[in-house]
Formats: sequence, structure tokens, C-alpha cells
Amino acid sequence: MEETGKTAFVGDGDSITVFKAAGVAAFAAENESKAKEILRKIAKEYRVIFLTEELARALGGFLKRFDEDTYPVILSVPSKNGSTGYGTELLKSAMERALGVDILFNGN
Amino acid sequence: MARLNVNPTRMELKKLKARQQTAKRGHKLLKDKSDEMIRQFSVLIKENKRLRDEVERELSEVLRQFAIARSVTAPYSAEAAFAVPSVAVSAKCGVKSIMGVEVPDIELITSKRSEGLPYAYAEMTSEADFSVAKAAELLPKMVKLAEVEKAVRLLADEIERNKRRVNALEYIMLPQLEETIKYIKDKLDENERAAIVRLMKVKSKG
Repeated sequence: MEETGKTAFVGDGDSITVFKAAGVAAFAAENESKAKEILRKIAKEYRVIFLTEELARALGGFLKRFDEDTYPVILSVPSKNGSTGYGTELLKSAMERALGVDILFNGN
Repeated sequence: MARLNVNPTRMELKKLKARQQTAKRGHKLLKDKSDEMIRQFSVLIKENKRLRDEVERELSEVLRQFAIARSVTAPYSAEAAFAVPSVAVSAKCGVKSIMGVEVPDIELITSKRSEGLPYAYAEMTSEADFSVAKAAELLPKMVKLAEVEKAVRLLADEIERNKRRVNALEYIMLPQLEETIKYIKDKLDENERAAIVRLMKVKSKG
């Protein structure tokens, strides 16, 4: 099964513009409820969705429903304010769930 | 450990023995699967970490630079300048299988509509040019990260499920079967002994 999907970027106004120029569909969402609404709308159409970390953190519970399926792929990326470490946290929790031990960060 | 609620007959014993065989084979298979999944997982997670570090560093850089570039342009003209992208990005989304877990397999396709940047040079500063080019460069890496991270998450779920299955077999199913088989065997032996003793008694009286 192979098909062509679209990519989207959801984030605050400043972070998305540059990706618009790079050819990714960009959606502005100032707060979490707006982001939730947008995600609901675009989750079917877009295959790869980038979401800024601030929003991803706030929507943690909501994003869980996308975890089970192969698509859409939702990736949290840092916004212009820099990384908050949310992505690393997710990585760590997945690792601890699967292996029970920390093989990357050595406890830091 | 509780034993199963069955009649101590030869029939049951035979059935249970067959079940035990199957359970043992299943357990071994699942355990092997778990080992292999964990091996794959540790490879993936290392790649994930490396990619994430790279993407986070570069993306923050790009966004910061872009924010600076924007701040020196009027917001209206900046919006207009970026409204029409010169490139269209789409992704070929396939599915590949890692140990029976379906994970995404994404390939980025960039189709250029025109050469160069989507706006006139007079409209924006060169910092903006630079950050847009950088962002476009970064995209394949971001998509790759999305793919790997999803795979890691799906694989983690599957490993967890599999672990539970292995444990259920190892610590509940197998001991239960073993104990029941032993119980039936004891019972049958006991019956046999009782029969022999009865025969001997009858014989000694006659």
C-alpha cells in the first residue's frame, strides 16, 4: 500500500511561516483548543504532521489516539523558542516501556 | 498455583499434554520474537535520538533566524511574500513491516514550481532567504525523524504487549498445565494401585 500524502505544520504564527515557504501546508494555532480543532480536521487528509512542542505537550492526552495507527504521523518539533525537551521525554518513556531500562541517557 | 478444573481421566491427560506442548512451543516463539524486537528497537532508538538532536538543534536555529528576519520586515509584506511557495512538498507514504509491526515508510518528494525563492529579493532580507533554504534542506531529515519516531513508538507498544503474552504463558499457563497434569497422573496411579490392592485382597480370601 503506497500513496502520496501531504505534510502539514501546526504551530504558532511565527514558527510556521518559514515552512510555508518551504512548501509545507501550514496552519496557525495560537492555543491548544484551536490546535485540537485543526488536528481533528486535518488528521485524515495529511499523513505527516509537525506540531510545535508547546502545543504537543498541552495536547498529550489528545495525541494518544493517533499512537495506535500507522498514519498520521505526528511529530513534535521545537518552536522558535527553542527545545523544551518534550521530544526527548517521549523517547525516554517509550524506551522505558519497552526495555525497562534506560540505554541512552544514563539517568540524566 | 491453582490447577484447572478437569476430570482426572486419561482423555483429559492426553488433551492437556497436547496443550502443554503447544504452549511451550508458543512460549519459545514469542520469546524469540521479543528478543529480536528488542534488538531492532535499540537500533532504532539510537537513530531516533541522533536524528532528534540534530533536528532540534538545526530547527531552533532556522526558526530563530527567521524570526529575526521577519522582525525587520513589515508583517503584511512578509505574509504576502510567503503566501505562494515555490516548491510543493508531498510524501510517498508506504508501510513496511518490522517483525510484523506495521510502521510507516515515508519518502519525501519535492516538486519545484520555479527556481529560487518564492518572493522578490527586494521584499525580504537575505537572512530570510537563508532560513527558507535551510528549512527546505531540513525537511527530509524531519520527515525521516517522524518516520523513525513513529516506528519506535509502535514497536514499544508491541514489545510491551508481547512481553505480557510471554509472561502470561510462562508464569500462569505453563505452571497451571503442569500442575494439572501431575494431579491427573497421581490420581490415575492411585486408582491403579487401589485396583491392584483390591485384587490381591480378593485373591487372598478365596
